[in-house]
Formats: sequence, structure tokens, C-alpha cells
Amino acid sequence: MANNVDALFVFLLVVSAMMTLSIFTMVIFFAVRYRRQGGRRAEQIEGSHALEITWSIIPFCVFMVFFVWGAVIYFRERTPPPDSAEVYTVAKQWMWKFEHMEGQREINELHVPAGRNVKMIMTSQDVIHSFFVPAFRIKQDVLPGRYTVAWFHATKPGTYHLFCAEYCGTMHSGMVGSVVVMEPKDYEAWMSGGGNQPLALTGEKLFSELGCVTCHRTDTQGRGPNLVGVFGKPVLLEDGRTVTADENYVRESILQPAAKIVNGFKPVMPTFQGQISDEQLNALVAYVKSLGQQPSGQPGKSVAAASPQP
Amino acid sequence: MATAVLETGERETYLNREYGIQSWLLTVDHKRIALLYLMGITFFFFIGGFFALLIRLELLTPAGDLVQADTYNKLFTMHGQIMVFFFLIPSVPAVLGNFLIPIMIGAKDLAFPRINLLSWYLYMIAGVMMLYTILNGGVDTGWTFYTPLSTEFLKTNVVTAALAVFVAGFSSIFTGLNFIVTIHRMRAPGMTWNRLPLFVWAHYATSLIQVLGTPVLAISLVLVALERVLHLGIFNPALGGDPLLFQHLFWFYSHPAVYIMILPGMGIVSEIVCCFSRKRIFGYKAMAMALLGIAVVGFLVWAHHMFVAGISLYAALIFSLLSYFVAVPSAIKVFNWTATMYKGSITYQTPMLYAFGFVGLFTMGGLTGLFLASLGVDVHVTDTYFVIAHFHYIMVGGMVMAYLGGMHFWWPKISGRMYPEAWGRLAALLVFVGFNLTFFPQFVLGYMGMPRRYWDYSHSPEFQILNVLSTAGATILAVGYLLPMVYFLWSMRYGKPAPDNPWNAAGLEWMIPSPPSTYNFEEQPVVSWEAYNYDEIKEEVPVAN
Repeated sequence: MANNVDALFVFLLVVSAMMTLSIFTMVIFFAVRYRRQGGRRAEQIEGSHALEITWSIIPFCVFMVFFVWGAVIYFRERTPPPDSAEVYTVAKQWMWKFEHMEGQREINELHVPAGRNVKMIMTSQDVIHSFFVPAFRIKQDVLPGRYTVAWFHATKPGTYHLFCAEYCGTMHSGMVGSVVVMEPKDYEAWMSGGGNQPLALTGEKLFSELGCVTCHRTDTQGRGPNLVGVFGKPVLLEDGRTVTADENYVRESILQPAAKIVNGFKPVMPTFQGQISDEQLNALVAYVKSLGQQPSGQPGKSVAAASPQP
Repeated sequence: MATAVLETGERETYLNREYGIQSWLLTVDHKRIALLYLMGITFFFFIGGFFALLIRLELLTPAGDLVQADTYNKLFTMHGQIMVFFFLIPSVPAVLGNFLIPIMIGAKDLAFPRINLLSWYLYMIAGVMMLYTILNGGVDTGWTFYTPLSTEFLKTNVVTAALAVFVAGFSSIFTGLNFIVTIHRMRAPGMTWNRLPLFVWAHYATSLIQVLGTPVLAISLVLVALERVLHLGIFNPALGGDPLLFQHLFWFYSHPAVYIMILPGMGIVSEIVCCFSRKRIFGYKAMAMALLGIAVVGFLVWAHHMFVAGISLYAALIFSLLSYFVAVPSAIKVFNWTATMYKGSITYQTPMLYAFGFVGLFTMGGLTGLFLASLGVDVHVTDTYFVIAHFHYIMVGGMVMAYLGGMHFWWPKISGRMYPEAWGRLAALLVFVGFNLTFFPQFVLGYMGMPRRYWDYSHSPEFQILNVLSTAGATILAVGYLLPMVYFLWSMRYGKPAPDNPWNAAGLEWMIPSPPSTYNFEEQPVVSWEAYNYDEIKEEVPVAN
């Protein structure tokens, strides 16, 4: 990714330098060549549509190359590959909190394996922050109240700067950290230390502690939708819309259950806004996601299309 | 022509017709109001510049050691708010536009002289509110007021700062309204749309943006104040609001605001390049239409400030594409200025030096804008010093250069005195060198990854050398800005009296005395020529002293 961005940057640099040089050369050449000299008068020229069209169309074509090339890179930057390792991130004034799927927690330091795609699922506890790793050429704002996503594929082991790039108050410039890229075997060793509980398991425990399990049953008898096999699939809503069950959808369904009611169900779920922390929310999302990878409770049907409650 | 003569034997002008503080504070003469504005914006320019110098001094060393973190955050916030809302936006329109538009179209005054005075009072009230904000401990939202930081988390004077900008916005709306009506209704006989100087076209395009865009800024700032005071859930997600809504509203105005700042500068440069090349402008219609094109398309590109903010992938693609569209008319303008010089008879007086500087620096600022419009590159360089360098090339390298060029070009008309040419050229050179030394290193810093608004970069000492260069440049720039203020003031008493047309320039403003009389024209002018009719003006620019 970094190489692609650099290649486009160099291309932009070369084209811009050529344009700047040609303008500067013309201005200086004209200024000298046509300086005032006795006996010569300025020659009046009305203009030339042919020339104007030329110097509109040629730059426009060059601009379109910039646009398409940049768009292709951006499209890849915004589309995490499905096999990525996931790291849940909570930003707050003025620190970064990371939680790996395996349960390891870190502050201001993020350990990742080289040669693996890593997807950051990020939210903020307070104001807007921005996850910026210059060496990877990636940046993504981190917002309160929703998830935003970034991904990268580090190739070279080493320690890289992590900056907050969105002004977030007094110690904005202190909200820095590092991304430690490790050889896969070193990473495995680092990961196996500590005996942590996987995030989805934490989520599963919460799921029963908070009572979610009484309604979201794994059969069709629950007052809420069966969540097995839902994640990543389209969900038909009460109002006829269809949404994809992504991280933001699950998050919203927990905090504002009435916002998007699944077709065939009633808005009976209480809100959990203000009752669970962002970390607990992440664990629940990770759990629902892990359910999504299991075969659906009713083969051939997503939960959205499951039969309504009696 | 019956010229009024004072008892002292002097010719009566707008300056000596009346004396006393009241004759200024209650004036409805557009020329006097322009001078009132000149005092206001100059004051704020130096306040904002002082903050900038403190910022540069802090960044001289990686550690945060000169001021506290909170103080630093206030410095860049107030630098931005003052420079954008109290200097750049009013600068050319309210001073040079106010002074020149009625004269250039052959009118006695603007359409609404009293509203013009009201604009200035609103500007001053807003300025006092801003000063109160500063003296009461300042504000540290960043000039962008991003929510929910501004509405829920900061303890500083967010509401008074927002209201100051709100009031300044109305001053800007009134000025725009006044110009639109004046240009439509008050043109002298024969002054058709196709004969308007490009300076007037530029202000027409600018005024459209001021009238259509500024209310949106006003609304969003009122909402910020309301959410802060009453905790309405508009932008704060904890209350059910959406922080991106604020960014959309803010940039819907603040991107076009960039064109409020740069279009008048483009108008000035067209006047100067033509005069000192002794040429009509190359492609008059294309130049006028490019101004309008920029103003219109400029309304459709705002979300290119938000490519990493969390907007949808497809929205980002559309806004990237549209941002390239707005670059085309800008490119036409640069090429046409260059072509105007072709086969001219060029001299290098101070205004022309600034115009050269403008064309070069605007080109660099515009081209680096293409980097930012390109999605893949923007993700890396947005919110870094690359962006800072880019918009300073447009606003300082472009706009302030044009403003100073215009001030030198029309100073003889405004004050009736010549500025010292040699000092003028020296200052122009200092500004050019100082500017590039200040801001070019910041492009490199940005690509290296230095985020903007960082008080302390001790984790990355590799950034220091470029920051030292930048700070060195800023001190040169400061001298370059102080010099004109000193010699303009000096010239008011000691400068050589200016002839009516010191540059042998085309345009109605050069056909009346310097300084003009209160009603500009002794009799109604009738226009029978096109703009920039340098083929009909036999004399060259007089050789500088």
C-alpha cells in the first residue's frame, strides 16, 4: 500500500514539477524577452479559443489520470480483505486502547505480525480522533458513536509512529504511540503470553450476564431475532429496507434498538446506551460476529427472513 | 470641468473635504469606509501574524517548551480565526473592492451606502467580540470548531468566538449584497458586462459566494452555540447527534470561502498584469467565465475536506472527481495570465513583482491541491503539514501577494501619494523569499508525516531541521510585511504627490484625480471602450524613480 501511494505521489510530483517549471519558464522568458524596449510597442492579442481549449483539455485529461489512480488506491484502502486479523480500538483523550481478538489488551502500543492483513475496528469514547500511521500511509478518523475501519498489511518488522491526526484537545500532540511489527513467530510468542480470554468469549459471557440470551435465542421462539449466521448478511427491516449486518449495525442495535427493527419483530428491546462501556460493546460485537461465522440456525434462510414470532 | 477648491487653495478630495472623527465614523462614502476597513484588517493582520510568529517559535524545538499546550492550541486557533474571518475574507473586497468597484463602473457610490457603513460596524463589533474572546482567555477549538470537541469538551470561550464569527459573517453578507446590486444597477452608460474590468467580475463572483454560502456558516455556528449552552443533540452522538453533520455544514461554507479569499486576488492580478504588460487580457471572456465557474463548482467540492472523516466510499469518489473539475478554470486563468505577457512591453514595478509572485505561488498551491484531491494521496497527507503548506500557498502566497500588489498599484489613487519604489521592490522580494522558506519545507514535513496542530514533536526529532528553516523564513516574512506598513504610512506625509494616472493604466479609476473627490466623477462618464484598451493608450508605464 505504501508503495502504491508513493508511486502516485511521485507521479504527481513529476507532472506538477513539469507544469510549474513550464509556467515559471514562460513567465521569466516573457518577462525578459518582452521587457520594455524603446521603439517596440506591445502587440495586442485578443485571445485564442483554440489555445484555451487546448490548455483546458490537456490538463483535464491529466487530472483524470490523477483521479482514477487515486480512487483505485482509496478503494483498496477502504475495503479490508475478509481474512484480516481484527483489532478493536477505543480512542479517548489522550490515549489509544487496543484489544486483540485473542484478548490481549494494549495501550498506545500495537503489536501486529508482519505479512498479515490487520483490520482496525475503531471508535472513540469522547471527541473525534484520527488513527494515522505515516509509514503505512493510512489515516482514518475515529468517531464517537460509531465504528470506522482501517486496514494495513505491514511487511517489514520494526517500530513505527502512531499519531492522532485530528485535533482533540490539550494533549493532542501527546496522543502518540507506536505500531510494533513483529516476525510472525515472535508475534505468536508475544500473543501466547498472559493467558487472556478471547474477545468473543468475553462477549458471550456478557451476552448471558446482560440477559440478551433470553430473547435472542438460538431457535425461532425468541422475542428477538436469532443471531446465528446473521453477521455480514443482509437483514430485512420492518419498514422494508435492507441493511447489511456489519459492526455499526450491531452496535446501533444494542445502543438504539428501536432505530432499525428487524422485519417481523416488535421494538421491545431496552437500550443499553450508557450502561455498557465501549470495551464491553466491542466484546458483544465480536461475539455476534463469531455467531455469524457459524451455520445459520435455519439452513437456507437468514435470520432476517426467519419466520416472525407467533 | 468644475473642480471644487478648498479655501486653502487645495483641490477638494474625499480625504480633505471634512475633518474630525465624526466625519469618518458617520461617513457613507465608500472610499472612506474602505479606509476604515483598511485600519481594521491591518490591525487584525498583525495580531494574527503575531500569533503565527509565536507558533513558529514554539516549533523551533521539538519539545513543548515556549508555551503551555493549551496556550499553543489557543494560538493556532486564534491565528486561524483572525486571519480567515477578520483579515482574508474582508481584505480585498472590503478595502480595495469597496474603494474601486463604484469608480471602475462609473458610479458615485455603492447602491446602499448606509448598509456599507453598517457592514463596517458589524465587522468592528465582531472584532471587539473576538478581542474580548482573546483577552478573556482565548479559545482553543481550532478555527474549524469541530464537534463534539467544541460543543462538549472545551472549557474556553467557544460561544463568544462563534458569535464573533457569526456577526462578522453578516458584515460579509452585506458587503456581497451591496456589490451584487451595485454591479447590476449602477454601471455607467456604455459599461456593459463585456466591458467590466475583471476586478469587478471577480468581486461579482465573490459576492455570490458570500451571499449564498455565509448563511450556512452562521447557522452551523449558532447550532454549535446552542448545543454548547442547551445541550441539544445536534452534533454530539452521546445526545443522538451526528458530528459529521457539523463538518458538512462547516465546509459547505468554508470551502467556497477559500474562493471568497482567492477570486478577488485573481481580479487584482488581471489588472496588474495587463497594465505592466501594456496588453489587453488574453481571452477576456474565458477569464470572466472561469471566475464564475470557480464560484459555482466551488460549492460542490466541500467534502474533499472529509475523505478520512468517515464519509462513504462513493461520496468520496464523487467529491474527488468534482474537485478536479474546479481545477480546470484555475488552470485556464494561470495560462491566460502567462499568455497576456506574450509580446507585451513589460516593466517590473512593485505591483508587477507581486503579480509574478502570485502566478508562481498560486500555481504551486493549485498543483499541490491536486495531490489532496487525489484520494489515495489525501489519506496520507491530510491533517499534516502538507495541507498547511498547500493552503498557505493559496492564501498567503496567492491572496496576500495579490492584496499587497493591489495596495501598491492603487495606493497612489487612494492616498494621492507615491510609495518609495525601491523599498517596494525590496519588500516584495523579502515576502517572496520569506514565504517560500517558511512554507516549502512544510510540504516535506507533511509527507514525512508530521500532523498539524502538534505542540510537541519530541517523539520525532527528525522533523526539527525543516521546522527551523520554516521559522527562519517566518522572520523574513515578518520583515517583508512590516516594511510596506512603514513606508505606506511614511508616504502619506513624505511621498511624492501622485499624478492622476501614475502607471498610464486603463480603466475609469485612472481618469479621475488622485485622490478622487467625494462623488468620484464631476460628470457622468460614458464608456465607449473595452477593458484593458492599452492599444488606445499611447504612453508606457513611466520609468520608476
